[in-house]
Amino acid sequence: MRYLTARKRAEGKGAAGTGTEHFWYMKLSGVGLALIIPVFLVAFGRALGGDRTEVMAAFAHPGMAILTGLVIFFGLRHYASGAQTMIEDYSHGSMRRGLIIAVTVLSYGLIATGLFALAKIAL
Amino acid sequence: MAETKQVERPLSPHLQIYRPQLTSITSILTRITGNALVVAAALIVWWLLAASTSDDYFAMADAVLTSWFGDLVLTLSLWAVWYHYLAGLRHLYFDAGKGMDIPTAEKLGWACIIGSVVLSVITLLLV
Repeated sequence: MRYLTARKRAEGKGAAGTGTEHFWYMKLSGVGLALIIPVFLVAFGRALGGDRTEVMAAFAHPGMAILTGLVIFFGLRHYASGAQTMIEDYSHGSMRRGLIIAVTVLSYGLIATGLFALAKIAL
Repeated sequence: MAETKQVERPLSPHLQIYRPQLTSITSILTRITGNALVVAAALIVWWLLAASTSDDYFAMADAVLTSWFGDLVLTLSLWAVWYHYLAGLRHLYFDAGKGMDIPTAEKLGWACIIGSVVLSVITLLLV
């Protein structure tokens, strides 16, 4: 038997078990992305359609490389967090845990691949 | 201590029972667009990896992204990102406890739908 009051057990934990961290991360990354996404959309749209030399020159530009890196990292972390919320709404038990692991692996896998490609192009 | 006991609790009505309304449709679209954008993200990361690897690999990835199907996916994704963008801003406003009355919420819903189309067209004109 644990000598904990009901209040003490519940404090800091919401439905997700981790308080408001998850909610706050979505706001934080969302606002950050809101600042850079419009620039990225236009910059990416202009780079798309060029030949390989032009594409590599576009992404080798420091501003473009940094912008793309930020979009890839925060975009995919924001995605994984949001997808986790959806999974927690609609699935339970092992299915829930499996799906959360799957989107987490997918997001980090894409981030690592994207940053590796960017580093190879820009450096 | 509190024993957990399975109790038959009443279920909330299923989503299909409600008449579709602008507020509910614009809300679920936020989730759909956000999750669907992973397709575009994966395509772009693959395209960058191909560009960093070799001419042949880039030619293959670029052919996929610039095909009619690639154009379709990326154009729909452009709309999705703008929709998700505006709907996200709307959520920040809702989270601040504002705009929750139905007339305002419906106006904001229309703003997301119309605004996302307008912003997509502007982006397409800029690129």
